[in-house]
Order: sequence, then structure tokens, then C-alpha cells
Amino acid sequence: MVELSLPKNSKVRAGKDWPAPAGASRVRTLKVYRWSPDDDKNPHMDSYDIDLDSCGPMVLDALIKIKNDIDPTLAFRRSCREGVCGSCAMNIDGRNTLACTKGMDEINGVIEIFPLPHTEVVKDLVPDLTNFYAQYASIEPWLHTDTPEPEKEWKQSEEDRALLDGLYECILCASCSTSCPSYWWNGDRYLGPASLLQAYRWLVDSRDEAAGDRLDNLEDPFRLYRCHTIMNCANTCPKGLNPAQAIASIKRMMVERSI
Amino acid sequence: MSMKTPLARVRGLGSARSGVSHYWVQRLTAVALVPLTLWFIAGLYNHIGDDYAAMRAWLAQPVSAILMTLFVLAGVVHMRLGMQVVFEDYVHKETVKLIHFIANTCFAVGLGVAAVFAILKISLGS
Repeated sequence: MVELSLPKNSKVRAGKDWPAPAGASRVRTLKVYRWSPDDDKNPHMDSYDIDLDSCGPMVLDALIKIKNDIDPTLAFRRSCREGVCGSCAMNIDGRNTLACTKGMDEINGVIEIFPLPHTEVVKDLVPDLTNFYAQYASIEPWLHTDTPEPEKEWKQSEEDRALLDGLYECILCASCSTSCPSYWWNGDRYLGPASLLQAYRWLVDSRDEAAGDRLDNLEDPFRLYRCHTIMNCANTCPKGLNPAQAIASIKRMMVERSI
Repeated sequence: MSMKTPLARVRGLGSARSGVSHYWVQRLTAVALVPLTLWFIAGLYNHIGDDYAAMRAWLAQPVSAILMTLFVLAGVVHMRLGMQVVFEDYVHKETVKLIHFIANTCFAVGLGVAAVFAILKISLGS
């Protein structure tokens, strides 16, 4: 799966230019990756000039502006527009992040937008995250208990609850996993930073009774140990989380239970 | 085309239930190699300009021979584990990967045995 050059039909070419409307004073240019499964064309970069006077400040605002007013064929995912749903993760200005929380004023010059790296593209900026979601499902992200359920709730002390800080905030946008070279080369077997951070979230949950089984399922040269602390995950996380640290903690648990 | 579900594909043949000893030994040998490598470099530095006989005499001393053996063993074990990680990362054809693993182990074992044999020969006399 190591691919240093793109196959012929994936080479990105120059696309269409959409000039700014006449009379626009504050013009910003966005170059957006376009690819459609419905024709045989290579992917191409369409260039859109937008008038900032009639557009919100975020990259997502610009994409919505393009779709509404300039080119309705552009496809991208979005929902909450405030950084809690994780739908609009994409590669903006060379970095995976959420279009809704990335201000256009944070970027110099032309704003280049690609789908999340090394993912199969469904259309334009929409990546196929089937494998990513299946990996999340494989870590069984729910409470495992054998003790009969208490009458009210499973209790958790404040200190134990605090262990979940920095983990529960993950919105599964896939920015981290798709920024990870280990995930690019072995994404079929390596669980990737997002799923491993989530796995750790359940490993440290004081209410969970299946830590051993969870570690058993992670102890694998590919599932866990493909992480080489490259740290792209922590650098790119739009929520400021540190999946690499969570993975290191899982590795420490592995050693702890075996020596 | 396979009609397997995405979850079946991700679960695959299940977890190998191994990897922690690889991880642990790689770190252990890395730590061991820090003082051993410093000793090795210092040893060579102290004998710059020495002739063959003086070099042999140094290596024949018990402390030198023991430290040199540890240096070689930690080195080849660490090398084998490290190379295996590289192959796991970048070689994706199963048969090719297997050949790499076998060659890697043979090379590391061969190198280690040859080096230890040489150290023993020098220190225990020919």
C-alpha cells in the first residue's frame, strides 16, 4: 500500500476557474479538489473567487457560499458548523482540520482544499470512512460489565471521571487517523489514532470491567504497534487532543500487565 | 469482490495477542546500547594507533570481552527487531514479507554468532 506516486487516473489536473462577481472588493481564492465517479475525468482543482463581503469568515462558510451561489455540483459533508459533529473534516492548507472552525484569515494566499489524505474519495471532498467506522466499532465503544446492573447508575468518583478528560471530547472526525503515515500504509490492519484514543477512553473508564479483554484485542503488531509516535495526530487534531499520548498509555498498560 | 462486512474485514483473523515483548525488548536493548556504545567508542578511541597485538590483548581481557559480547548481542537483537518493524510498515505482499522476515532473522543470528565466536576465539586464545 505504500504509494509514492499517484496512479495515472488519479493525477490532479488544473480545473475550471470561477471568477469573482463584478464589483467585488474583498476577493479570496479557494482551490478545491474535484472528482466525480460519474465521469472518467481525472481529479482536478477548481478555482473559486469569492467575495468576502457576502460570505462568513470560516472555510466552511466559503464552501457553502460556493455550493449555494456559484457551483451547486460541489460535494462536501457538513452539519453542525460549530466543531462538534466532525462531518466537515478535510485537508485545508495542507493540514487536516474542520472547515467550520478554520478561519479563512488564518491562511495566507490561496486556500487549497483536499479531501482527507489517503482515503478513497466518494465525490469531491467526501471521503469513504467505512473502514474507519468499522475500526471504531471493533474496539466495542460501550460499557462492558459482568456485575449485575445497579438499581440506579454505575457510580464514578470525580477523580475517576477526570481520567476521561482529553478523551471524551473526540468527535471522530478522522483528521488524526488520515494524517498518520502508519495509517496510510497499513490502514487495513492498524486501528489508527482515533480508534486507539477511543479504546483508551474505555480502558481507563473506572466503570468498565473488561480492561483485560480490551487489551487482549489490541495486543497485536498491527492493531496497536504500528504507532511510531510520529505525532501527526496530535499536531492536527482540531479539538486539541493528543491521541499519541493515549496510545503510549495503552502500550504502558501492555507492559504493566506482562512484567 | 468480497461481500464481507467492514467489521469482518477489520477483525480479520483476530488479534495476534503478541507484540508487547517485541516492544519491550526493543526498548530494553535500546537503553542497554547507550552505555555499551559509549564504552565501545571510548575503547576504540583509547586504542587509536595501537598495533594488532595490542588490540587483541585489549579485547582478550575478560571485561572487554564480556562488554563486547553484550554490545554485539544487544546490537543484533535490536537490529533484527527494528528491521522487522520497517518490513511490517512497508512490505505488504505476504510472501515477500515472509522472505524478508526469514532473511532478517538469519542475518542477525549469523552476524551475532560470528561476532561472538570471534570474541571468544580472541579472549580464550586460538
